[in-house]
Amino acid sequence: MKVLVPVKRVLDFNVKVRVKSDESGVDLANVKMSMNPFDEISVEQAVRMRESGTATETIAVSIGPDKAAETIRTSLAMGIDRGIHVKTDAEVEPLAVAKILKAIVEEEKPDLVILGKQAIDDDSNQTGQMLAALMGWPQATFANSIEKDGDSLTVGREVDGGIQTIKVTLPAVVTVDLRLNEPRYASLPNIMKAKRKPIDAKTPDDYGVDLTPRLTTVKVAEPAGRTAGVKVADAAELVAKLKEEGVI
Amino acid sequence: MAILVIAEHDNENLKDATHKTVTAALALAKDKGCDVDILVAGKGVKDVSAAAAKISGVRKVLACDHISLKRQLAEAMQEVVVPLMDGYDAVLAPDTTTGKNFMPRIAAMLDVMQISSISGVESADTFVRPIYAGNALATVKSSDTKKVITVRPTAFAPAAEGGSAPVETIADPASPSTSEFISEELSKSDRPELTAAKIVISGGRGMGSGENFAIIEKVADQLGAAVGASRAAVDAGYVPNDSQVGQTGKVVAPELYIAVGISGAIQHLAGMKDSKVIVAINKDEDAPIFQIADYGWVADLFNAVPELEAELTKAGY
Ligand SMILES: Cc1cc2nc3c(=O)[nH]c(=O)nc-3n(C[C@H](O)[C@H](O)[C@H](O)COP(=O)(O)OP(=O)(O)OC[C@H]3O[C@@H](n4cnc5c(N)ncnc54)[C@H](O)[C@@H]3O)c2cc1C
Ligand SMILES: Cc1cc2nc3c(=O)[nH]c(=O)nc-3n(C[C@H](O)[C@H](O)[C@H](O)COP(=O)(O)OP(=O)(O)OC[C@H]3O[C@@H](n4cnc5c(N)ncnc54)[C@H](O)[C@@H]3O)c2cc1C
Repeated sequence: MKVLVPVKRVLDFNVKVRVKSDESGVDLANVKMSMNPFDEISVEQAVRMRESGTATETIAVSIGPDKAAETIRTSLAMGIDRGIHVKTDAEVEPLAVAKILKAIVEEEKPDLVILGKQAIDDDSNQTGQMLAALMGWPQATFANSIEKDGDSLTVGREVDGGIQTIKVTLPAVVTVDLRLNEPRYASLPNIMKAKRKPIDAKTPDDYGVDLTPRLTTVKVAEPAGRTAGVKVADAAELVAKLKEEGVI
Repeated sequence: MAILVIAEHDNENLKDATHKTVTAALALAKDKGCDVDILVAGKGVKDVSAAAAKISGVRKVLACDHISLKRQLAEAMQEVVVPLMDGYDAVLAPDTTTGKNFMPRIAAMLDVMQISSISGVESADTFVRPIYAGNALATVKSSDTKKVITVRPTAFAPAAEGGSAPVETIADPASPSTSEFISEELSKSDRPELTAAKIVISGGRGMGSGENFAIIEKVADQLGAAVGASRAAVDAGYVPNDSQVGQTGKVVAPELYIAVGISGAIQHLAGMKDSKVIVAINKDEDAPIFQIADYGWVADLFNAVPELEAELTKAGY
């Protein structure tokens, strides 16, 4: 089975987000960027499938600026076989990402595409589902367990009420949730080895995908802040305050 | 034309998230000067459709009753909604795990860029949505002719009841049969649902174990509250996955949120900082949670929570 893993470079989850004073966006200059944490989980899943023999080849794809190659390298150091870097400095919305991924899927013919359930910057939670629709494939989103049997996958999904288990026939799209696995750290030898693994450089034009955004950002504002309130000394004081507020 | 709202339900009960989504739809409809319809897609949805018909301001309810829709899996929902969209300018669904699952499929089939998790409607084409774990609010304008939108229910008041819209049954969908439901393990609880509760009390890594959550549960039962958790508490296996509050879990905005043994990471705050009153109990006076808490109590939770329980008992709870 061939597995494709789209990985996105995002603002590191530990970085404090600053809205630009002209409200044009979020300040991304000179801040730490990392692989989207959900994508680390999907990379880990693909690498485990490769190690157990379930997957025969694993490919990481990233769509983004030159630096997105670093994110692909990270996945190669974790154990992915090779990379495809679709270079663009443009804003790429999930719909366009899904269209590029569709073109890559048609070329590479993977049996499974594993994505993160959401990217922690734009929080869209769309790309995997869109790709599945464009391919006419089944989808299993928010996976917290994946079991392959024959030509299908049994996937446990984190839903609002608990866990739902569904079966999808391959080829399929899976998006991963937080508790599917614990991603490994790349070891130094593997980081060195990853430097020799191939990354194909492509452009959106190679796939004939129109990137024109459908959404324009009118402004990006700071949300109304909350300020620290008062300290209470004991339960009696707390209960009295909450009664005063009328919330209990 | 008109605007379509997709109802959130479990084939038995219509969920409150639907009413809130209708409020967002009505704001859009007002700007466009058009009507709002509700689609109830499921299996055995007579009661749910009747409940949807009572929401004020709704023109009609479309009911699609078919076995393939019992679990509202994404592929099946796509088969129902996409053909209907010839007659609608916009489709809205709450950003629950059900809506998040099927809506992007519909958007992709319509060649539309979905606007995810909106918290405000500025006009028929301009919306506000939180990004970066709610650390920024983006106002975005869509150039797509049709809009596909998921709605953050906590950001909208529920639409009132008192309407009596007609219910129209629509044709069965084409069978997609590409993904198959196997089973469901729903967390059972007599407490209110996290996202609908007026009071939420959440525990974090500081709880130390699943058994220790019992002290929180006692207070929850006194107050009729739901029990939530931080990711760390869920990852440690103290409580079920669906208790996670935060950027990548559930977003809640109750009247009262009590955070116990939770440090206040931005990913956690993203899921609760719109609560009306926030209380934090933490033994570390420098914990970031105190920066946003209305009432902070620096104490060991193993003393504080039982004290709170006793105080509430004394007060008649
Ligand atoms: C209004 C608006 C303004 C924007 N402004 C900017 C901006 O100022 N600067 C900027 O850089 N971007 C900008 N973008 C692009 C945006 O940050 C995201 O790249 C894009 O919207 C994808 O959304 P997402 O990653 O949240 O998708 P999601 O659907 O949440 O992502 C889910 C998964 O899809 C995959 N995936 C997503 N994107 C990629 C990718 N590029 N390559 C490979 N895999 C991927 C990953 O597996 C990821 O886990 C903007 C987008 C919009 C809609
Ligand atoms: C991609 C991604 C997504 C994430 N999504 C979420 C999310 O949706 N929701 C979420 O919550 N987190 C999320 N996180 C995790 C988040 O970054 C934090 O790690 C997590 O919220 C920490 O949980 P915590 O506050 O319970 O634990 P800690 O940060 O370890 O805090 C424990 C607190 O308990 C206090 N404490 C300990 N013992 C006691 C005691 N006896 N009495 C009183 N206080 C005590 C300590 O002082 C400390 O402040 C995400 C992280 C990533 C990378």
